[in-house]
Amino acid sequence: MQSAEFGMERGSKDYKPILGIVNLEVKRGGITTLNIPSLFVQEGELLSLIGPNGAGKTTLLQTLSYLIKPSQGKIYFKGEELNSTRPVFEYRRKFAMVFQEPLLFDTTVFGNVASGLKIRGMNGMEIRSRVTEQLDRLGISHLSHRSAKTLSGGEAQRTSLARAFAIQPEVLLLDEPFSSLDPPSRDSIIEDLVGILRQTRTTTVFATHDRLEALRLSNRIAVMNDGRIQQIGSPGEVMNHPANEFVASFVGVETILTGKVIKKNGGTFIISISGQEIEAVGEAQIGEAVLLCIRPENVILSTRPSRETTSARNVFPGRIEKVISLGLYQKVQLNCGFPLIAYVTHHSIENLSLQVGKEVTASFKATAIHVVRRKQK
Amino acid sequence: MKRMIGTRIILWTIVSLFILMGSSTVLAQTKTVILSTTTSTQDSGLLDVLIPIFEKNTGYFVKTIAVGSGQAMAMGQKGEADVLLVHSQAAEKKIVAEGYGINRRIIMHNDFIIVGPSEDQAKIKGMKSASESFKKIASAKALFLSRGDNSGTHSKEKDIWKAAGINPEGGKWYQQTGLGMGQTLNVTAEKKGYTLTDRGTYLALKKNLGLDILVEGDAILLNIYHVIEVNPAKWPKVNAAGGKSFADFMVSKETQDIIRTFGVEKFGSPLFFPDAGKKEEELGSKRFLPLPLDGGGCGWG
Amino acid sequence: MDLIFEGIKKAFWLLITFDPEVMGITLLSLGVSGSATLISLLIGISTGVIVALSEFPGRRIAISLINTGMGLPPVVVGLFVTIFLWRNGPLGFFGILYTPTAIIIAQTVIATPIVMGITLAAIQQLPKKLRLQILALGATRLQMVWILIKEARLPLLAAVMAGFGGVISEVGASIMVGGNIKGYSRVLTTATVMETSRGNFDIAIALGIILLLLAYFINLILTQIQQRERPR
Repeated sequence: MQSAEFGMERGSKDYKPILGIVNLEVKRGGITTLNIPSLFVQEGELLSLIGPNGAGKTTLLQTLSYLIKPSQGKIYFKGEELNSTRPVFEYRRKFAMVFQEPLLFDTTVFGNVASGLKIRGMNGMEIRSRVTEQLDRLGISHLSHRSAKTLSGGEAQRTSLARAFAIQPEVLLLDEPFSSLDPPSRDSIIEDLVGILRQTRTTTVFATHDRLEALRLSNRIAVMNDGRIQQIGSPGEVMNHPANEFVASFVGVETILTGKVIKKNGGTFIISISGQEIEAVGEAQIGEAVLLCIRPENVILSTRPSRETTSARNVFPGRIEKVISLGLYQKVQLNCGFPLIAYVTHHSIENLSLQVGKEVTASFKATAIHVVRRKQK
Repeated sequence: MKRMIGTRIILWTIVSLFILMGSSTVLAQTKTVILSTTTSTQDSGLLDVLIPIFEKNTGYFVKTIAVGSGQAMAMGQKGEADVLLVHSQAAEKKIVAEGYGINRRIIMHNDFIIVGPSEDQAKIKGMKSASESFKKIASAKALFLSRGDNSGTHSKEKDIWKAAGINPEGGKWYQQTGLGMGQTLNVTAEKKGYTLTDRGTYLALKKNLGLDILVEGDAILLNIYHVIEVNPAKWPKVNAAGGKSFADFMVSKETQDIIRTFGVEKFGSPLFFPDAGKKEEELGSKRFLPLPLDGGGCGWG
Repeated sequence: MDLIFEGIKKAFWLLITFDPEVMGITLLSLGVSGSATLISLLIGISTGVIVALSEFPGRRIAISLINTGMGLPPVVVGLFVTIFLWRNGPLGFFGILYTPTAIIIAQTVIATPIVMGITLAAIQQLPKKLRLQILALGATRLQMVWILIKEARLPLLAAVMAGFGGVISEVGASIMVGGNIKGYSRVLTTATVMETSRGNFDIAIALGIILLLLAYFINLILTQIQQRERPR
């Protein structure tokens, strides 16, 4: 069992799954929308699900809380298998789910936050104390008596979160809850959320299509596509060691090259790509076809001629084909005989007078290359 | 669970319905008498006086169903009523002949009158023969409103047309309202037409109508009321005892006395004339005129 | 015009003196139409919710039947109920023709599709994901239905008013199945028809005014409930 697949080895002493699914399949209208051979969620961790629309993130979240019934497979909660001997709502009450839309009820903010507790038949005094606590935490106490219909997007989503926390869930499921918010609201809410999660140590599964959000918040990231988990691991692993081409391109590896191993030398090997030779670190057989993933942040540009300054083995002259502004920095597309992409700050662009057509030297360390060997899956 | 909610609610509803129904069938069927009569009879107000007396004397609960004469007869024929109080000669004879009605006894009579606008374009005022006046209306093509609902009044009207040898149907001047007597009188007044009406309803509405009595007193205009019990042999569910009890009540002396004076206080003249025990032919032989009425209607103010 | 003034005068007089017959008729109207509305609410809201939330073959047909039922002519209902309740008819053994119960039945048949149709529309109009959110909060299906009903309370209260309004003003079926029997099955509408036919226009107008007042006050109360629930 590769740690890259599960992010945690079964035998390790930290292994404490609160939620587990085995051989899970969900079909809708004859089409399989979710297919997960196995997934274990650690108690107290924040697991992000990232992937494009239709990847199955929402389906997975809804299946975890049994809002969707899987066509096959088993779900385990704290080691106990979920079966039909107990009513479903009992199981669901261990979870809290927050959707992209706040989905508030036509009553006051207080009434909304209390709704999960009323459903559980809690008495008025306890409801009052819990609700007040959550309103405080999410910074919306001043809105307690306002009608839910009059709230702004951020306020509404805070109410939805407060409603979720009020029931003190064992697992919190978040389905792209901040996608419809404007950036300042989003940042502010995320900050408060992270604070609460740290304090309560609530296990959280968090679906998002924003990679940066996932990176910032997660203990582990699962990359999904076509209803399957393509890779699951720590943010560093997934970002820097993508398991396949899809993951690589999704996590933002801009340069993905195919080449053939021509030389081997201890822990390194040489790959031939379009007549150039690139040195990378790792294991590979001669003659093997591999994928090279180079993150654009790791590519350094210089106007000095090649083989002069850096300790990088991989130094290539190239020509700037395109410069695209990405807001905070610029994406520079180079042709070094093979396509190469680098991220450069505005500052550097100015300093080096980088523009289309200019000849520059690009370099990157052998250790900065992530090699994906074409496995027979 | 959805089936559960649905079932529970349906069961609960059925239970409450039964409770509701139970409370009304406390009036057990043996104690209820269904009296089928006509709207004009009910509108006269006579039954409002008589029924409470009957109920007090006998303990029966009378359900007075006032409908058009045709429906009243039909109810008797289908066994949906226990006793009929009607005034439609031909239909009555038929129902007795077919065996659905028994013990047909005469109760009282009133009469019909022909009313119309004071302008009287057909010039029938004061005529002695109803059928002749109808002939004049037809030839003048003056507007005539018929109830057209197979009621007693409508049957009488048809008899008069027959006597006049005229078939009014199809003429633009002949309109059928399908309404009760009161409403038909209103329409007649609005349109300044002629119509046939029973005296009672006319008197009740006279103040606001603006129509004058133009022809009265002809023997054919007599409106005779009979009580008929519905035959339990044909319809076992009929409350035969109750029906008979009511019929006996209607011919009793006390009741007949009440009928004799009913309406005098309000209209200055009785609305009905008690006839229990008499033979029909006795009535037809005399020319009949009611006591003079207090004159001068108000018309529309 | 005198007539209308006469009628208004008469109405006030009857009300102020608590004329027993008029009070009796009014209470009966309220009781009969109130019961019919309540029953139709039970059946109508539960069925409307079930149809709105579930998938089943023939659902489209069921919905168009409900929508057609909303426009069912009351006299047709009266006719069919009468035929069923006739002594010699299929339900004759109950012996409830010409009773207030029969009026309640007929009025329930008239009001139920109205309540069903409006409930259906009201529930269908709620955001689809709301159902999921409620279930995600751990609600049992019963709790979920109750919460959805509360969410849709504005149009549902409109359904109550529509149902009640439809039956308190109904006359054709009420005469047919009730028989308009004095002191027993005579309600405001049937009494109005009768008094008109007798030429007692002042009483008829008075009854009409009382009916309008009754309908107005009931709707006032319901509107208060409907609008009160909304927080500022």
